[in-house]
Amino acid sequence: MAGTYRISGQGRLTPAKTARFTFDGKPMTGLAGDTVASALLANGVHLVGRSFKYHRPRGILSAGAEEPNALVTVERDAARKTPNVRATVQELYDGLTVNSQNRWPSLSFDVGAVNDLASPMFSAGFYYKTFMWPKAAWHKFYEPNIRAAAGLGVAPDQPDPDHYSARYAHCEVLVLGGGAAGIAAALAAAETGVRVIICDEQADFGGALRYEKGAVIDGQDGWSWAQATVAKLAAMDNVTVLSRTTAFGYYAQNFVGLVERVTDHLARPGRDEPRERLWQVRARRVVIATGAIERHMVFANNDRPGVMLASAARTFLNHYGVVVGKQVGVYTANDSAYATAIDLKKAGVGVAAIVDLRDNPTGPLVDEARALGIEVNHGRAVTSANGSQRIKSMTVQAKAGGAERTIAVDALLMSAGWTPSVHMFSQSRGKVAFDDATKRFLPGTYAQDCVSVGACNGSDSLEDTVIQALAAGAEAASSAGAKASKGTALKVEASEGWTGGMLGSGPGAGAGTTVKAFVDFQNDVTAKDIRQAVHEGMRSIEHVKRFTTNGMATDQGKTSNMHGLAIAAEALGKDIPQVGLTTFRAPYTPVTFGAIVNHARHGLFDPTRKTATHSWAESHGAVFEDVGQWKRAWYFPRSGEDMHAAVDRECVTVRKSAGLFDASTLGKIEVVGPDAAKFMELLYTNPWEKLEVGRCRYGIMLREDGFIYDDGVVGRLAADRFHVTTTTGGAARVMNHMEDYLQTEFPNLDVWLTSVSEQWAVIAVQGPRSRDIIAPLVEGIDMSDEAMPHMSVREGKICGVPTRLFRMSFTGDRGFEVNVPADYGRAVWEALWAEGQKHGACAYGTEAMHVLRAEKGYIIVGQDTDGTVTPNDAGLDWAVGKKKTDFVGIRGLTRPDLVAKGRKQLVGLRTKDPRTVLEEGAQIVENPKQAIPMKMIGHVTSSYWSANCDRSIAMGLVLNGRDRIGETLYVPMPDGVIEVEVTGTVFFDEKGDRLNG
Amino acid sequence: MAKLATAIRNPALSGHSVGGHGVLLKVLAPASRMSLRARPAAIAALSKALGVSLPDKAKTSAAKGGRTVLWLGPDEWLVIDEAGGDPVADCAAVKGLHSAVDVSHRNVAIAVTGPNAAATINAGCPQDLSLQAFPVGAASRTVLGKVEMVLLRTGEDAFRVECWRSFSDYVYGFLSEAARDG
Repeated sequence: MAGTYRISGQGRLTPAKTARFTFDGKPMTGLAGDTVASALLANGVHLVGRSFKYHRPRGILSAGAEEPNALVTVERDAARKTPNVRATVQELYDGLTVNSQNRWPSLSFDVGAVNDLASPMFSAGFYYKTFMWPKAAWHKFYEPNIRAAAGLGVAPDQPDPDHYSARYAHCEVLVLGGGAAGIAAALAAAETGVRVIICDEQADFGGALRYEKGAVIDGQDGWSWAQATVAKLAAMDNVTVLSRTTAFGYYAQNFVGLVERVTDHLARPGRDEPRERLWQVRARRVVIATGAIERHMVFANNDRPGVMLASAARTFLNHYGVVVGKQVGVYTANDSAYATAIDLKKAGVGVAAIVDLRDNPTGPLVDEARALGIEVNHGRAVTSANGSQRIKSMTVQAKAGGAERTIAVDALLMSAGWTPSVHMFSQSRGKVAFDDATKRFLPGTYAQDCVSVGACNGSDSLEDTVIQALAAGAEAASSAGAKASKGTALKVEASEGWTGGMLGSGPGAGAGTTVKAFVDFQNDVTAKDIRQAVHEGMRSIEHVKRFTTNGMATDQGKTSNMHGLAIAAEALGKDIPQVGLTTFRAPYTPVTFGAIVNHARHGLFDPTRKTATHSWAESHGAVFEDVGQWKRAWYFPRSGEDMHAAVDRECVTVRKSAGLFDASTLGKIEVVGPDAAKFMELLYTNPWEKLEVGRCRYGIMLREDGFIYDDGVVGRLAADRFHVTTTTGGAARVMNHMEDYLQTEFPNLDVWLTSVSEQWAVIAVQGPRSRDIIAPLVEGIDMSDEAMPHMSVREGKICGVPTRLFRMSFTGDRGFEVNVPADYGRAVWEALWAEGQKHGACAYGTEAMHVLRAEKGYIIVGQDTDGTVTPNDAGLDWAVGKKKTDFVGIRGLTRPDLVAKGRKQLVGLRTKDPRTVLEEGAQIVENPKQAIPMKMIGHVTSSYWSANCDRSIAMGLVLNGRDRIGETLYVPMPDGVIEVEVTGTVFFDEKGDRLNG
Repeated sequence: MAKLATAIRNPALSGHSVGGHGVLLKVLAPASRMSLRARPAAIAALSKALGVSLPDKAKTSAAKGGRTVLWLGPDEWLVIDEAGGDPVADCAAVKGLHSAVDVSHRNVAIAVTGPNAAATINAGCPQDLSLQAFPVGAASRTVLGKVEMVLLRTGEDAFRVECWRSFSDYVYGFLSEAARDG
């Protein structure tokens, strides 16, 4: 047998299919189909971890996703280390490495356990009270040490080598949960022909049928029926069956997030298999069939390894064939624990006693337990679990007190009743309602198109559950558009029914006691902590929760919330509904970052946009810079050149001969229609009606508030057609801005906008030889100064392909921008390059482009402007049509603060020492000797070394800047104060003769 | 003047193709494309000039003789001509109010075919791509991951993905990655 606690003839696993694994380095053997928890228990291991705060030894509480204690680190290889994995969820595979957490030097001897002895220090609210003084110690001492001492597993230290995928899906009916209720609902819906998706977090469908032996459906035992029915569903074309898939978030309009664990259970995952797959499902109807979770009993030392939920012990026996002890005790307030005792007894396990808190439990299960010779103690309580790293005995006492009796046990199985899993319902924004008779919250008012069935809806019998579920499935399908119901029927021939349950602390852990009776195992919150929170003034459960951290661990209080609420209500002397329930939030169980990010990693994190000449630039040694998503050639260093040398050479070459520059990333919008000019008048400050066809104009676009939004050169191709250019960064938002105004403010205009940014590759050829380089390649365009003056546009052919040829300049020298359809960009560039070589031209990048434009005082929107700069501030008043009566921003421009004196204006700045290059963003002051903090009157916006001027040049926004021309101002820097003279913004060729040079 | 050599066309990702699990990606040959905007009064004349009736229902397309017209908005169509035609020239003489802009080089087309074609696209596209909701001929401007695309269903197991030229690396890369997870 794989493990000494594995019983032959019990469970559903195949004894021959063994799987080897290690736990803290110790080799062990389990079976295929085991979870880490069942495999450890089969090997007699109960102690699997240390608790978060007190480092108390902890074992396995549950057999499912609600597990708060048994958190382990699973290692596949050096890079694949996953901390905080629930041992009850992780499936075993051959070669699995499991390590315990939060212990040092070892699990059985843990230095941190001193916290348990010092626990009076760590009471509720301890963080808020203790680390107040001295303030500076928080950062350096308290915080890092608390983090190191209190905590869970260690995060992996290498990049995640796995990949994750994603899938959007749509269906008429989405079923959350694959127990009897979910399967029945899915079947009824599926048989109508609509699309159904059903998911369950476990490896196999079946839910509670995994441990309930008493169910018979359609002539089969419950588990076999579940497997056969799910196989039938999986074979249907309209059904998607997702196992190992957790519905973790329920969002607006029936949008539900599921995460499917694809390979975590495989010894050797396939290369193309994602570790996890995120499903984002939009469903017409959602059937919530999430079942119920058993609660523990709250008594002293209820966290000792070996103390677990009764249903968990039953699952380990009936599904995994594992007994959790040789002599067990049962402590319950609910019938279901009797079934566990009965099954264990029948399997040959000693059952020392059933301790039932109820005064007079009755029913067939009680009778059967007695008939099997099990001692049933009613009206009694377990007041303490004794033992440290494993329970050794339980102390039993009458509820009213009195003599104590100690009974030796090696496991204690408990049940305080069942909490309906209303997490997904609550996440859907449905309102839960408290059912006073059964003391539980159930789905009340629905907010979305969904329905709850089965145990999560308060159904206590399998017959009711199946009837409800079949009806809900058929109804969901028909409401989602199914033509006809098939009238699916199922016959429940036998089932188990349980009653009972209690909330809050048990005897011996009530008011006035100081025992460690845990409510929230994962965050180490005791009944006493909750009472203390109330004692210290917390009234709302939301405050109690935050003060004590009850329910705030990764298990989100699946087992603890109701107990915590009941204890708080009792302490407050209020009814439970008056104290309220905390909000359920996504995710239901922790979700990996990998699943959320899925494909958006590495090259797919963000699109990388490249122009048509990118590969040419690459092969010519370009260094690229990121401009938004674009890669732009920054400079083209030749052998031995650093950036400065390359940029200096490029700047000088452009002015001496010519340079080629890839301007393809500029936004381009084609504005077409009889009202095109009218529209342009409204969107730009400049006049457009009178712009002749074939001419261009530099345009400025404002926002409503009068501040500069974008700029660019616009060419008029026809009376009803403009070719607009925008900044690279502004391309998308300018298009949106224009479309927004067209649709909402000017829908009367007959004009349309089309983005042609990527239709055209743009090659700027700038410099005195630019015309000589282009002209030999052009057909059908007269490029003489007379026929094609500065700021004009012509359509014709270059290298045999269509071109829109602009004569324009962003350098101040004679210049052109050659637009060709993008696929021809590379070839035309190469042709221009070959011509350029005859004239000594170079390729230049964005850095040289910036320097050349700054030499001429041409602004860059977003660098020399910052969203608070008007055309006047930027010295661009000439571009505002004085006779115009309307354009976006015209009223903004007349706002008092925009026309008042004392605005910051764009000016040139010349350092006294021409070798000193200012830092962009540096602040400017009038008097450097004033006390700190100094009055800052402006800042440097652009600053470069200009080889053409043989000195540094800069521009800045300065208070009343234009009135200060000639003044000396100061730029204080860490290593000294720099003296600057305020000047005009043009540093080179002030007269502008070179445009035709 | 000596006869000039005509520039060679270098389409993005030319000739790329890759197989996945039950899906094949193939970058398609260049095509003529036109962004067409029009007032209702011009639709009949434009349909006649193009030889295809402009579809008037959301999420539909119409095709004839190698020319496909995709409905993108109440007054907006994308015309794709794979037969060497020039749709902009065809519309030049139409008098009714419209805007015809050549966007042939703006887009790159990728064919996604095979039984897992829809699942592959659904890795990044939130649309319902079942045959009921998105039948053969359905067309939509939508998203794939972080970018915009135009999607056309060309067959039960076949789609045409159109994206802007500089996004084609991303789209092809995204689909290639998604194709691993068939």
